[in-house]
Amino acid sequence: MTVESTAARKPRRSAGTKRTAAKKPPGAQPDLVQLLTPEGKRVKNGEYDAYVADITPEELRGLYRDMVLTRRFDAEATSLQRQGELGLWASLLGQEAAQIGSGRATRADDYVFPTYREHGVAWCRGVDPANLLGMFRGVNNGGWDPNSNNFHLYTIVIGSQTLHATGYAMGITKDGADSAVIAYFGDGASSQGDVAESFTFSAVYNAPVVFFCQNNQWAISEPTERQTRVPLYQRAQGYGFPGVRVDGNDVLACLAVTKWALERARRGEGPTLVEAFTYRMGAHTTSDDPTKYRADEEREAWEVKDPILRLRTYLEASNHADEGFFAELEAESEALGKRVREVVRAMPDPDRFAIFENAYADGHALVDEERAQFAAYQASFADEGEGKQR
Amino acid sequence: MTAEKMALAKAINESLRTALDSDPKVLIMGEDVGKLGGVFRVTDGLQKDFGEDRVIDTPLAESGIVGTAIGLALRGYRPVVEIQFDGFVFPAYDQIVTQLAKMHARALGKIKLPVVIRIPYGGGIGAVEHHSESPEALFAHVAGLKVVSPSNAADAYWMMQQAIHSDDPVIFFEPKRRYWDKSEVNREAIPGPLHKARVVREGTDLTLAAYGPMVKVCQEAAAAAAEEGKSLEVLDLRSMSPIDFDSVQASVEKTRRLVVVHEAPVFLGTGAEIAARITERCFYHLEAPVLRVGGYHAPYPPARLEDEYLPGLDRVLDAVDRSLAY
Repeated sequence: MTVESTAARKPRRSAGTKRTAAKKPPGAQPDLVQLLTPEGKRVKNGEYDAYVADITPEELRGLYRDMVLTRRFDAEATSLQRQGELGLWASLLGQEAAQIGSGRATRADDYVFPTYREHGVAWCRGVDPANLLGMFRGVNNGGWDPNSNNFHLYTIVIGSQTLHATGYAMGITKDGADSAVIAYFGDGASSQGDVAESFTFSAVYNAPVVFFCQNNQWAISEPTERQTRVPLYQRAQGYGFPGVRVDGNDVLACLAVTKWALERARRGEGPTLVEAFTYRMGAHTTSDDPTKYRADEEREAWEVKDPILRLRTYLEASNHADEGFFAELEAESEALGKRVREVVRAMPDPDRFAIFENAYADGHALVDEERAQFAAYQASFADEGEGKQR
Repeated sequence: MTAEKMALAKAINESLRTALDSDPKVLIMGEDVGKLGGVFRVTDGLQKDFGEDRVIDTPLAESGIVGTAIGLALRGYRPVVEIQFDGFVFPAYDQIVTQLAKMHARALGKIKLPVVIRIPYGGGIGAVEHHSESPEALFAHVAGLKVVSPSNAADAYWMMQQAIHSDDPVIFFEPKRRYWDKSEVNREAIPGPLHKARVVREGTDLTLAAYGPMVKVCQEAAAAAAEEGKSLEVLDLRSMSPIDFDSVQASVEKTRRLVVVHEAPVFLGTGAEIAARITERCFYHLEAPVLRVGGYHAPYPPARLEDEYLPGLDRVLDAVDRSLAY
């Protein structure tokens, strides 16, 4: 058997087992919570309808606006990377509903622990999108105050933040507060030990944390089947808390399910795992080439489930939005793109002494010594003209 | 004066008790730290007196212990976590190096990570594999961490106080074979800075620089050398990050010779860094190259061979003789 033939092979099943489950198209699983079909039709759900029952047309338009602006911002960042203004970009294209739905379910005093692709959640938390670009442009390694919007820094090491979220949630319990924490991660991260440990800790200490897994089907080139033999939401059962799979391209369902999970957490009922079943329409990052590992048909099958299109269809069919709204949003969207472009291009390189800043809170003799050496070295160029000075 | 004689382990216990008592945000976390009081009993009685909410027995998962401690610190707590043994810190190494050490800088100073990680370390107690290692250089190499090790009860008490009060993460290496050594602790003393080295014994012919478990070996070596008419100065470095090079330099400018002693492997270790820096700082003062005595570039051996591996009196004195022979 060659290595290639092994790689191409589907996971083995025991003899005699039918393959019906595997042949179902993605997203069609019966246990997927859906409130808005890909065709834009509102469907009933006995368990989760209550969580969006009082949603107003204005709020629905708000969700639409969030998704459109987030997609526009993301597209601008992708272009900026292609034009050499950003070193890298991790696009959220296709995941707008999962992020806006869950992000809008959070309360101001909740705390969010993102991975590095949660631009839509950052938007919901009121983080200026321009602040998200500093690390991708290479002017800082994070760059915002996590406490100003209760939105933690992007975490690049896969899954690490799920433990920070769990610890933070344990602290909420100790404080006797009723806020909650939401931790974002992907299907690839579900293979990491830290995610398993965060499930253990949150279950044991009954921590008010919602684990929001955006299963976008691919961890760079590795498909979900390379991470798990069971649907990811079912993992929760083994740790003793509920798991639910939601249509990640349905912003209403994501909002409802996340609200349900956050309210459980507030009531002291502990963690929940939400698996938002969605799709990464673009590349993992701008360094990636998905044409090398996935078929066009797969992307095409997901295109018809687009989260923005389906909400637009619903808004139009139910007369919740008119042409004027869409035209105005289009203009707002262009203005956002323009602003992001301007802000990125105007971002100055950091001061060279930033290398040493904030290495320690209390100071450190070695850092002081090396900063002084660096300063002396820089000063040795002083008579070569202003170009060297900053 | 309220100086009292106590064992190093007891001094840490008392220090943790003081911290728990004076600041409700201080938490103790780790495997077996509660009812059992830790495998070395360093946290003995703390859960009984402060409750399960303050002294927290954790699941058996080192990355989880450090990762959740980071989250608690972000919420305003000051966790002091115990890693049961030196060789068990590696499952948590990722959280310590990629998250704990860097988060303050990544947030442009907007958040602080006052987490103390206690690690009983080093050999000499006849333990099995992974229970006798000295990985301090691996942590000292990482910017954002402070790395310290007390050698006696008084330092253990005060350095733990300072580590808990520090807004930076501190890796607190406890010399486990000195846990039962007793010395005077004055709880009303005003301690020097956490990173400051201390002259344990004055001398004029050569400086022995050590920390943690090797300070005692160096003191014994100096006493033995004195009988042969050699005057050795013994420095307790106390901190491996930062290293108090000023104090080492001052001593070497006086004695003109330096031998660095530690249990960790010599290769790319703390001693190598000190040798390089002191050579730069004291090139015209040195009468001999800086020599190092320490562990070999080999896995920590089985207990029956650890006396061969660990620097003892003879290996230290041999290095002293070599230095003095230049």
